[in-house]
Amino acid sequence: MSLAIRIIPCLDVDAGRVVKGINFINLVDAGDPVEMARKYQMEGADELTFLDISASADGRSTTIEVVKKCAEEIFIPLTVGGGISSIAQVDTLLRAGADKVSINTAAISKPELINEISERFGNQVLVLSVDARRNENGEFEVTTHGGRKSSGLDMRSWIEEIEIRGAGEILLNSMDRDGVKSGYDLEMIKVAREHSNLPIIASGGAGTVEHFQEALAAGANALLAASVFHFGEVRINQVKDELAKNGFPVRMEMSN
Amino acid sequence: MITILDYGSGNLRSAERAFATTSREVIVTSDPRVCEKAEGLVIPGVGAFAACMNQLRAINGGEIINSHIAAGKKILGICVGMQIMFSKGFEKITSQGLGILKGDVELLPAKILPHIGWNQVETGENSTLFKGIERERFYFVHSYGLLKPVEAGLNSYTDYQGNFVSAVETKLVSVVQFHPEKSGAAGLRLIRNWVESL
Repeated sequence: MSLAIRIIPCLDVDAGRVVKGINFINLVDAGDPVEMARKYQMEGADELTFLDISASADGRSTTIEVVKKCAEEIFIPLTVGGGISSIAQVDTLLRAGADKVSINTAAISKPELINEISERFGNQVLVLSVDARRNENGEFEVTTHGGRKSSGLDMRSWIEEIEIRGAGEILLNSMDRDGVKSGYDLEMIKVAREHSNLPIIASGGAGTVEHFQEALAAGANALLAASVFHFGEVRINQVKDELAKNGFPVRMEMSN
Repeated sequence: MITILDYGSGNLRSAERAFATTSREVIVTSDPRVCEKAEGLVIPGVGAFAACMNQLRAINGGEIINSHIAAGKKILGICVGMQIMFSKGFEKITSQGLGILKGDVELLPAKILPHIGWNQVETGENSTLFKGIERERFYFVHSYGLLKPVEAGLNSYTDYQGNFVSAVETKLVSVVQFHPEKSGAAGLRLIRNWVESL
């Protein structure tokens, strides 16, 4: 008996539609979020993540409607992130039916937000999204605004700080690997694992079934992927079958 | 009718939808008069033990729960809704629970916390809740739990770098540490099992 590794499809949602690009640019339409959520639940997704990339307030209220619709029929955990910078926004999303929220830029500009969210709603609702990339010295540096700006923070000290402040999980995004499908940044996962006792969700770079396995061996507890699932290149149950064959504990969705 | 106690804790919308899949009428309320009419009472709960107890006290939730049990009716506690049934919790500060079940809620002895994800349950013999889903996985998210079994109940266990009690069933009080409303088809089946036992 043991805890299963989690496979988490991520849907980038822009004004109510799922989109996907490479390195956060060249976005193409990938489908209706509720429909895709339903499909992923049936295929055995262990959780779902919506990342709201809407630029406007209108677009963001559309996302809240999407979250509400999902909560009506999706009985697996749902995390929502993107542009969250206040307790009030967290409250709105949780009331709409989200189980967790993920924050990034706001946590860096105002780290007390981590404590505030955790104290008010419990650390289980808070996924700290850490968007990191290698700098010219080969060290992992935390970025904001979807990888466009450097925060000047070293990844190791930042993940230690967020654990103390009350984060519940780390969503570790490799900005160098986002959407490029050449494999997870294994070195980044290893370094993060050495500096944190929080569950780590690895993200960025999944392209083949083997990539998932490598990330687990490097220390990830859960694996997030977007494009590789959206365009049907790899199916969730395919990943799970392969992982099960190699001795990793996975959950198989009940047949009825 | 199933009543879900609204004391401001837990993902009430998900819980309501999940219980509604049983085709029973489901009401989310903090009104004791509505709770009185319930066949089954559900106590959800997320967050810290002490915070949940405070929110529960604010609506006189302890009385609602105790009078439901005194009337010989069944109750289901979920996640922190399980934990507050016990005598004491040690999350952040030591606080008194409802003491309906005997035991303490302590920090899990694991390195990576919270315990998040889908885990298995070694179900107690002749369990009502787990009938037909003995081998399934359920979704957990918590750092604290019950480490010692409840003598007067049927205990089920989960292993996360050591065993803890993931469910207890007594004649009227059933509690689960995981979230059946977030545990896919297996969770919905557990909810149906409980509803059918009412």
